[in-house]
Amino acid sequence: MNTLSFIRARHLLIAAALAFIALFLVLPLVSVFVAALQKGLAAYGAALIDPDALSAIRLTLLVAAIAVPLNIVFGVLAAWSIAKFDFPGKSLLVTFIDLPFSVSPVVAGLIYVLMFGAQGWFGPWLQEHDVQIIFAVPGIVLATIFVTFPFVARELIPLMSEQGRDDEEAALSLGASGFQTFLRVTLPNIRWGLLYGVLLCNARAMGEFGAVSVVSGHLRGITNTMPLHVEILYNEYNFVAAFAVASLLALLALVTLVLKSIVEWRFGYHHGSAKH
Amino acid sequence: MENALSSPLQMSAAPVRHARRSKRNRSVIPGFGLTMGLTLAWLSLIVLIPLSTVFIRSAGMGWADFLAAGFSPRAVAAYTVSFGTAFAAALVNAVFGLLTAWVIVRYDFPGKRVVNALIDLPFALPTAVAGIALTAIYAGNGWVGQFFEPLGIQLAYTPVGITLALIFIGLPFIVRSVEPVLEDMSAEVEEAALSLGANPWQIFSRVILPAILPSLLTGFALAFARGVGEYGSVIFIAGNMPFKSEIAPLLIITQLEQYDYAGATAIATVMLVASFAVLLLINLIQAWSRRRMNG
Repeated sequence: MNTLSFIRARHLLIAAALAFIALFLVLPLVSVFVAALQKGLAAYGAALIDPDALSAIRLTLLVAAIAVPLNIVFGVLAAWSIAKFDFPGKSLLVTFIDLPFSVSPVVAGLIYVLMFGAQGWFGPWLQEHDVQIIFAVPGIVLATIFVTFPFVARELIPLMSEQGRDDEEAALSLGASGFQTFLRVTLPNIRWGLLYGVLLCNARAMGEFGAVSVVSGHLRGITNTMPLHVEILYNEYNFVAAFAVASLLALLALVTLVLKSIVEWRFGYHHGSAKH
Repeated sequence: MENALSSPLQMSAAPVRHARRSKRNRSVIPGFGLTMGLTLAWLSLIVLIPLSTVFIRSAGMGWADFLAAGFSPRAVAAYTVSFGTAFAAALVNAVFGLLTAWVIVRYDFPGKRVVNALIDLPFALPTAVAGIALTAIYAGNGWVGQFFEPLGIQLAYTPVGITLALIFIGLPFIVRSVEPVLEDMSAEVEEAALSLGANPWQIFSRVILPAILPSLLTGFALAFARGVGEYGSVIFIAGNMPFKSEIAPLLIITQLEQYDYAGATAIATVMLVASFAVLLLINLIQAWSRRRMNG
C-alpha cells in the first residue's frame, strides 16, 4: 500500500459519503423549494396567505409558545434535582424522562385519547362539564408536550452533572440565596446547553405530525397545525400549496440547524458534555 | 480465609460510607424537595399516567381478546412491514452512517462544516415535510423514480419506499453515536497496525470495528426503534395497502377512526413492549461496553 493509493482511497470515501448525503439529505430539501415555486411566486404567496394556512401558522406558533416554555421549566427543575443531588433510583428517573423518545408518535396521541377521549377515563366527566380536550387545542398541546418532553432535560442533565456543585456551593457560602445562585451562577454556566435543547425542542414542537394528527380531529381553520395542513393540501392534490406551507417548515429546520451550528462553533458547545 | 478477606473490606467500607453520608449532609444546595417533587409530579401527569392507560386497558381486555386484536393477521403483517423496513434501513445506515462519520472525523474537505450541520436535518425537518418530499422524489415521475420506472421497479408506494424514508430518518442516529468514539480513537493505533504490515481491511475489521462496535450497535438500535414507530415521513410514500405496505402506527390510526379502541390499544401495547425491549437492549450494550473498557 503506497501513499498514492491511500490518497485515492480517501478521495473515494469522501466522494461516497458526499454522494450519499446529496442523495438522501440534500435532494429532499431542495425538492421542497422547487415544488413550492414551480407555479411561480404568485401561487406560492397565495398559498401562504390563504386563511386556512394562516390559522394553521397561528395554531402552530401558539402550541409551541405553550409547550416549549413548560418544557424549559421542567427541564431545568429535573436537571437541578438530578445533577445537583445524590439519591437512589437516579438512573431509573433519567430513563423515565427519556421514555417519550422511544414511544411512537401515534401511540403518544393514542394515550391522550384513552385518557380524555369520549370513551376515555375522564371522557364522561369532561363531557358533563363541557370541556373538550381531544379534537381540540388542549389535546394538541398535551401531545406536543409529550413528544418534546425529554429535549431540554436530557441536554442539561449531563452538562450540569459534569459541572458539579462547587460553583453553587461557593456562591451559597458567600451568602447568595438559592434563587440568586441559580440565576447568577448556574444559568450562565448552562446557557448554551439550554439554548441547544430549546432549539431542538422548538423544531419538534412546531413540526410534530403523528401525535398531533391522532388528537387533532383535522378541523380546517380550527385544529389544523402547519404539518396537518400540509397533509390535507397534499391529499387534495394541491401540491403547490402543500409544498409552499412545507417550505416554511423547511426554513424553520434550516434556521434551527444554523443556530445550532453557531452554538457549537462560536461558543464551543459540545452536545451532551460540558467541554468549553 | 473468608474471614481474613472480608474483615479488611468491611473496615475499609465503613469510613467510605460514613464519608459519603456526611458529605450529603454538608450539601448546602437548596431546592431538592421542591425540584424533585415538581419533576415527579409533571413526569407522572404527562408521561407515566397517560402511558399506563395502554397497559391497563390491555389488561382489562382478557388474554384471548388481546391476542385476537394485537396479533390478528393484518396486525402481524403490519409488524412485519414496520420491523422489516426499520431493520433494513438501519442496516443501510450502519454502513453509510459509519462511512459519513469516518469522513467527517478523519478527513478535511471543503464544505465539511455544512455537511456536518446537514447530518442533523432529519432531526430538524418536520416528518410530514420529509414525507411529501421523499414521495415526490421517488414516485414514478420523480427526480430519482424516473430512472427506475423504465426498469419496471417501483420505489414509492412499496416497502422499498418505506425503507428509503426510514434511511432518511435514521441517518443521524448512527453518525452521532459513532462520531465521538471515532474522535477519541487516535490514528496512531491504525498507523501502528499499518507499520506491522496490516492491510486496510485488516485495520478496519481488527482495529477500528471492535473499538466502535458498541456505539455502532447503539446507533443501530436507536435508528431501528425510531423507524418502527415512525409515522409522518412514511405514510405518504408507503402506499398503505393492508398486508403489503401498511405500517403498524397507521393501523392504530385506522382502528381509532373505526372506533375500535381495543384493537388500537392492543397494537399500541405490542409496539410499546417492543420499544421497551430495544431500550433495554441499548442499556445492556452500554453496560457491556463499559465493562469491556474497564476490563
